[in-house]
Order: sequence, then C-alpha cells, then structure tokens
Amino acid sequence: MWPGLARLDRLTIGPQVFNLPYMHNMDIPTLSIDSIREGLLGKQFSAAELATEALRFAEAENAKTNAYLLFSPERALEAARRVDERIARGEDPGPLAGLPVAVKDVIVTKGVRTTCGSRMLANYIPPYDATAIQRVEAAGGMILGKTNCDEFAMGSSNENSAFGAVRNPAAPDRVPGGSSGGSAAAVAQGTAAVALGSDTGGSVRQPASFCGVVGVTPTYGRVSRYGLTAFASSLDHIGPFARSVKDAATVLRAMAGRDACDSTSAEAPVPDYAAALDGNVKGLKLGVPREYLKDLTGETAEIFAQGIERFRALGCAVREIDLPATEYAIACYYVIATAEASSNLARYDGVRYTMRSSHAETLAEMYRNTRGEGFGAECKRRIMLGTYVLSAGYYDAYYLKAQKVRSLIARDFARAFREVEAIVAPVSPFPAFQLGEKVDDPVAMYLSDIYTITGSLAGIPCMSVPAGTTAAGLPVGMQILTGHFDETGMFRLAEAFERKRKEES
Amino acid sequence: MKITEKEVRYVAGLANLKLTEAEIAKFQVDLNGILEHFDKLNLADTDGVEPMAQVLFDAAESATLREDAPREPLGNTAALANAPQPGAGYFKVPLVIEK
Repeated sequence: MWPGLARLDRLTIGPQVFNLPYMHNMDIPTLSIDSIREGLLGKQFSAAELATEALRFAEAENAKTNAYLLFSPERALEAARRVDERIARGEDPGPLAGLPVAVKDVIVTKGVRTTCGSRMLANYIPPYDATAIQRVEAAGGMILGKTNCDEFAMGSSNENSAFGAVRNPAAPDRVPGGSSGGSAAAVAQGTAAVALGSDTGGSVRQPASFCGVVGVTPTYGRVSRYGLTAFASSLDHIGPFARSVKDAATVLRAMAGRDACDSTSAEAPVPDYAAALDGNVKGLKLGVPREYLKDLTGETAEIFAQGIERFRALGCAVREIDLPATEYAIACYYVIATAEASSNLARYDGVRYTMRSSHAETLAEMYRNTRGEGFGAECKRRIMLGTYVLSAGYYDAYYLKAQKVRSLIARDFARAFREVEAIVAPVSPFPAFQLGEKVDDPVAMYLSDIYTITGSLAGIPCMSVPAGTTAAGLPVGMQILTGHFDETGMFRLAEAFERKRKEES
Repeated sequence: MKITEKEVRYVAGLANLKLTEAEIAKFQVDLNGILEHFDKLNLADTDGVEPMAQVLFDAAESATLREDAPREPLGNTAALANAPQPGAGYFKVPLVIEK
C-alpha cells in the first residue's frame, strides 16, 4: 500500500449532480433491473433522477468501504439522458435501462481514469471503451464509477490495491475478498445495482461469496476481453456481480457474444438466460467433488452441507464425483498465471503509460526504475515468479508441465459432465478474514484459491450464489459449475437455490 | 533452497525490475516457498498428454478472423495522450546509443 496515494482526487460527484433536485421516493439499495424498468416506464422517476440519487447515495456511503476509486457523473448522466430520450420517443429503453453499474478499475473507460489499482497507472486515461462497457451502455446501463481492486487483479483480499484496502460491508474489520473486492462491496452495500468484475482464478466468485452477492464467471470466450487490462490472457474473464441471479443473468446476456476486437471471443449464440429461470430443477444430476470436501471444516462445511440438502429438497440427485487432478491445481494455476502476467506486464516500461521514474540516466535504468517504483509487492512477486518459470532451463519443467497438467484438469471436468449435469462446490475454505491477517504469507493466500481456480483452468462457466451466513454474520457462497457454454443450466440451478432459500427464511 | 540470492538478482534483471536489498531477501524466501509447492507438478503423470495453451471449443476455422476492412485508427494525438514524455509526435526516451 502507498500511504501517499491512500485517496484519489475524484471521490466527489461534483456540483452538476449536487445541485439537482432531490427525489425521496427511491430506495437505492433495493433496486433491481425489473423495478427500475417499471419505475421508468411508469413515469415514477426518470433515468436522470435515478442516476442523480444513485450517485449521491454512492458518494455518501463510500467512506464506509472505499469500494469506489472514482465517480463518473458526466458519463452516468449522459447515459441517463439517452435512456430518457428513448422513453420519450416511445422506444424500448434497453434491457439494462437506467441500471446503476459500477466497473472494476481494470476495465478501460474512455476519458475516465483507469488505474488497475496501481501506482503505475494512477493517472492513466484510456482513449477507448472496453467492448463490455460499450454493450452495457448500449443496453441502457449507467456507469456510476470505477471500483477498487487488487493491483492488476492480483490478489484474493483487495489489500494489494495502491489506493487502500476495501472493507467488507458485512464486517468492516474484514476483507471483501479479491481481486474484484470493490465491485462486490459496492453491490453488497447497495451503492451499485450491479457491477462488472474480472476473474482469472476466482476474482469474481470469491469476493461474491465473502460479501453475500451473486458473482458469475462465464465460459472462457463468452464475453469479449477487449479493453480488459490483460493479467493472464488464457484465464482472464469479465463477469457480473448482482444482488439476484436474474439480474446477473440479464447483465451477462447484454455483454456476451462475438466481438471482432477479441479473437478469443466465441461465435456461440447467446440465449435469453433470464427467460429460462422457472425454478424447476427436479431430476437434475449434481456432482460434489470428493477432493473438495476432505479439508472443508467448520461453519463453511456446515453451510455447504445445508446447501446440498437444499438441492436435494429441490429434487436434484446429488452424488460424489472425482476430480483427481485437483491436487495439482494450485501449482498449475500459479505457474501459468504468473508466466502470462510477467509477459503482459512487460508493457509498463515508462514509455507509453503515464508513469516514468525521474531517477534514470539511461534507457535500461529508466525501465528498471519505473517498474521498481510503479509496481507493488504482489505484482513484483508474480513478475519474478513468472519470469523465473519461463527462463532458460526451467520452461519445460514448469510452464510446459503446467500446461499438460491443465489438460488433465480440463479432462476431469469433461469426464464429470458425462455423468452429471452440474457440479456444486464450496467457493472458499473460509469466510471473509480479518484485514491484515494473511498479508505476510503469500503461499497461504495462494492455497486459499483452491476451489475456484480449477473451473478457471478448464474455462467452464461457474458462479457463486449466497448460501448462508456464519454465526458472526459472515456470508458464505455456493459454487455452481456447468459445461462449456451452459450458462443457462448454471443460472437455472442458482435461481432455484436462491428461491428456495428465500422461502426458508 | 530452490533459488539462490544470485538467481533472484538474475531474474530481476531479466524482468527489468529494480529491487531493494530488502525486497531481494524477501522474494528469495517467498519464491522458495512457492517453488517448493510447485514440485507437486512432478507427481502428475503427463506422459502423452498435450499441453493446453488455450481453452478450446468447436468453431469454424475462420472464427478468429475479422473482416479485413479499413477502420479509423486511434490517431497520433490520442496515442500519445498518456505518454510520460511526448515530443514531435513521438514517445521520447533517454539516449539509447552514444554518438
């Protein structure tokens, strides 16, 4: 952390929002896509009024969590104006009309500073919009601001941000998870109705579980990564956070689909996920990986077992399955992810991206000093590790071996999906931990990613849906994984689970 | 130890990363712990297994190609807007070759 950069300079919404008249009939933290649409079409409020109230609420609440790094009121009000114009002309305002959206600060926004949680990019203003951002706005979404995250999305607690940690809305002395901690916290806190995050090894699902919201990692290739700052390109995904499965499904649909600007984006048709949510999952065959259960203890294990009973009560047939390559997953992931990261982060060299060390005589010194001063400890650790495993003499032993092990992990899942329609699993071995509790032990932090990285390595859709809370009030999520491009099956199970849990309370 | 202090310095050089003495000492310990965990990979039998470089799915052979149509480029001004030291339409860097 960098004490001098603990706060950024644009954490205010400015007079153009402040001077607008107040609306008092809006309950910002409970808004959903459906309730906003109803309010807009029923003329209860305009999108401009909603954007104004949402920005005011987010600004007033932000000090509690440090979830936002910056607000983008001009952008939100401009999007609101377009929605209001469409409604005035009698046109459909779009599937995300008037939706207040927060965006993880690793996704580029034209003209709106994008820091990646790094000192390196503290002043970077992108010249273009990510495809996901273009699509969310085209569907009527309003970008309220950019959210805090671990530096370049590297971390599991959000404590690696150069701009200060994020507090968990459920327990202010605890982490929100990471790396998309700010996005998860904003949705949990109610300062955004939905948020975009990025997931490389669990960075959407784990914070969703820790903060008690829905978090989705779609199939690799489902959502274009054009404009997502590259961390580990063979593993990076963009995915949504929401307070309900239905809202997450609607946002994913709006973002998904082939994009000519990302050659890894898939041509596959994008179904209407939300329309398929009927609560009927009777007779579905679910698998629980034996390997995930052996070290699961305490309240997390209890909540997971209750979740399994909930699926059984819904009429699903649950049985244990084997994913034998799981024991190699952490090593496999951290070899591949750091190797790719060391290559992707080579571009921050003091030439193109805003920061340059002022202590350098030669070009080589300028490279070394800029990178030494600009990157935080976790980025440096991963660059070092990635460079080491790719260096002469070690490539075959580490990188090539890890890619072969990755095939074994993908095969495990392919085999499992011939026997079951979905896999249900824990998200994290424990609920949100104390701020500072694990910062000094990187290996322990890496090991805690065990349940999320396997799905990332296989590239299959996976999500976290709230499953319960511990006695201390800490949320715990349930992970659902399905085969490639079967987001529909995943959402149907998650929504039935969510519905059943609501009935129980 | 899996990695010596000398190797840590060598890798930092490859990565163009200036590290302090304290960082070198810390990273030697950290990398050592992580590399020890990486030894687990040797237990996996990967004889005859293809390396997986990318997530694969069924698609037409041309699926990754876009139409070869001209597009408006970013332009010099926008491309240089984030340069720490732009000049005369270029990115300026410290002297590379002495005269």
